Amino acid sequence: MNRIADRFAALKREGRGALVTFLEGYDPDPATSLAILRGLPGAGADVIEIGVPFTDPMADGPSIQKAGLRALKAGATLAGVLALVRDFRKEDAATPVVLMGYFNPVLSYGVDRFCNDAAASGVDGLIMVDVPPEEADEIEPQAKANGLDLIRLVAPTTDEARLPRVLAATTGFVYYVAITGITGTRSASGADLSAAIPRLRPHTDLPICIGFGIRTPEKAAEAARIADGAVVGTALVETLAASLDDQGRAKPDTVRKVLDHVRALAEAVRGVKSAA
Amino acid sequence: MNKPLPNSFRQGPDGRGRFGQFGGRFVAETLMPLILEVERAYEEAKTDAAFQTEWRRLLKDYVGRPSPLWLAERMTEHLRANSARDDLGAKVYFKREELNHTGAHKINAVLAQILLAKKMGKTRVIAETGAGQHGVATATACALFNLPCTVFMGATDVARQQPNVFRMKLLGAEVEPVTSGAATLKDAMNEALRYWVANVHDTYYCIGTVAGPHPYPVMVRDFQCVIGEETKQQILAAEGRLPDALVCAVGGGSSAMGLFHPFLDDEGVAMYGVEAAGRGVDTEEHAASITRGRPGVLHGNRTYLLQDADGQIQEAHSISAGLDYPGIGPEHSWLHEAGRVNYVTATDDEALEAFQVCSKLEGIIPALETAHGLAHVMKLAPTMPRDAIVVLNLSGRGDKDIFTVAHHLGVKL
Ligand SMILES: Cc1ncc(COP(=O)(O)O)c(C=O)c1O
Repeated sequence: MNRIADRFAALKREGRGALVTFLEGYDPDPATSLAILRGLPGAGADVIEIGVPFTDPMADGPSIQKAGLRALKAGATLAGVLALVRDFRKEDAATPVVLMGYFNPVLSYGVDRFCNDAAASGVDGLIMVDVPPEEADEIEPQAKANGLDLIRLVAPTTDEARLPRVLAATTGFVYYVAITGITGTRSASGADLSAAIPRLRPHTDLPICIGFGIRTPEKAAEAARIADGAVVGTALVETLAASLDDQGRAKPDTVRKVLDHVRALAEAVRGVKSAA
Repeated sequence: MNKPLPNSFRQGPDGRGRFGQFGGRFVAETLMPLILEVERAYEEAKTDAAFQTEWRRLLKDYVGRPSPLWLAERMTEHLRANSARDDLGAKVYFKREELNHTGAHKINAVLAQILLAKKMGKTRVIAETGAGQHGVATATACALFNLPCTVFMGATDVARQQPNVFRMKLLGAEVEPVTSGAATLKDAMNEALRYWVANVHDTYYCIGTVAGPHPYPVMVRDFQCVIGEETKQQILAAEGRLPDALVCAVGGGSSAMGLFHPFLDDEGVAMYGVEAAGRGVDTEEHAASITRGRPGVLHGNRTYLLQDADGQIQEAHSISAGLDYPGIGPEHSWLHEAGRVNYVTATDDEALEAFQVCSKLEGIIPALETAHGLAHVMKLAPTMPRDAIVVLNLSGRGDKDIFTVAHHLGVKL
């Protein structure tokens, strides 16, 4: 079974796009992170992305950088994030989980062992930010052998010549990076997105989700309408950060505040019908 | 280990930018098309006569090349006096990159890269800097070519390299202090890459060393090879033979690659890359990526890195801001595993000592980076025969470091 394909197929039947949430694993501590994860499906997340903390997140803006550092301070490791997924899977067998991160922690863990353990833990797909198609052989065979989707980023800078190559190497869904920039900085206009997504469609039958710079329920709804899903990361990470005490520790309402935010996004996304 | 020796050490990288398993292009998709564009532009520039002529003109009339090869007689005598026997104590030569305009080797590759940026139609330039030498060189070239320039520099380095910060500003560059991480060179490079991702349409990223994604390691190396090519001619003219050993400090390793590469296939020439051992390689405060690190992926390439058991990158430490980096260029990692270059270390204290000895004996105040290389020469030369020849890449001058050195010597300026 493939949870990602099943989920997008089900959403298509419902006639709506997906809400994809991103939070850093272990932010701000493992127990809170697990509590949030467990609450996400009920709050309306259709696909869950978990960031694997890394000291040097090259494609992330200040909010996600700080989240990663909080998580590392709380003891985050790749093994710890996999344990988080296993705990989540005890209660949820259906919601797709995608790990998003940078290659070095995976390399350090061992690519074979990682793909094996990730699949066994209930991970469905991987987004390796700094492994472009040119370096695909570093992880693609191992991911494939373990039934993990490799979700690739397509950027506004990905030109016509590259598109087929990037998209051919993608499975699960396509992650369209809405802006030329790092996470949480600017946001793309609806007009840009409306032009960008049809450019991809002829090259792929996979669902397309739009991420980077989607902050508000309105933007999420718009992205989910233009494409097949909206990824919201920085805005949720900021809600989480704002709920912490001045030592960066969770407060009693941290989980609720994050999930309330997810609910607001989900309502907006569900209020619209997908064009596809 | 029994590995077949490659026929030549000078053929890399392959089409994917790999030196053996090292190097590559580990960047986010947003950057990938631009990296490919830089590669195409560089390939064209190699055979573009106008580009080469203009770069050579700049090296000669603006930088002041060729830089001299200086027989350091008093240093040689000093080291002979310190050797165990009368027949020991190699002749020491300095390749005087510190005499280049802007005071270090960095300008060689910067001028070529700025010409490339122009050729590519880019209208803004960014750079990362540690010691500030690469930042100053980039700011200088941008002034000359009338390009706006932003230099990312760790806040820690901004504090310890004040003279260079002011220099960059005088040259019209913006200096962007970076506060993430330990606020040193690694963090400056992260921030430069992040800025680049957001400004790919008009911005050229001028990387200061033989690191980063392909084609930077090979491109910067090729642009720095002028050091080794000149050295080869000069030593042949002076001594009628090649040197026995080459020594150079390694941060990212551009000065070292520039000196070593033209000699890699000359079997009799031993090579020593000197990593910064900070307070000692057995402490947690050093920058010895090859000596104490293991292979990983950072800043677009696979190479030896200082990292923990979970693959998180560790902070480097060195008295020298230009060596304070937890990685090293991928070609060095390859040359290390191939056994062609020896990677050794020098501590903060050894560098400080070499810094002072060189100033007093040769009337040359070396950069603290360079002093690490010299510290190794001071260990090596006394163990070599008297008729042996050692060449040190005197990669930069130490004017920028006098405040740091004064501080460490307890002198108030
Ligand atoms: C004088 C000098 N030498 C050496 C270095 C180290 O860099 P690389 O190893 O790339 O030559 C620097 C860097 O700032 C420098 O300023």
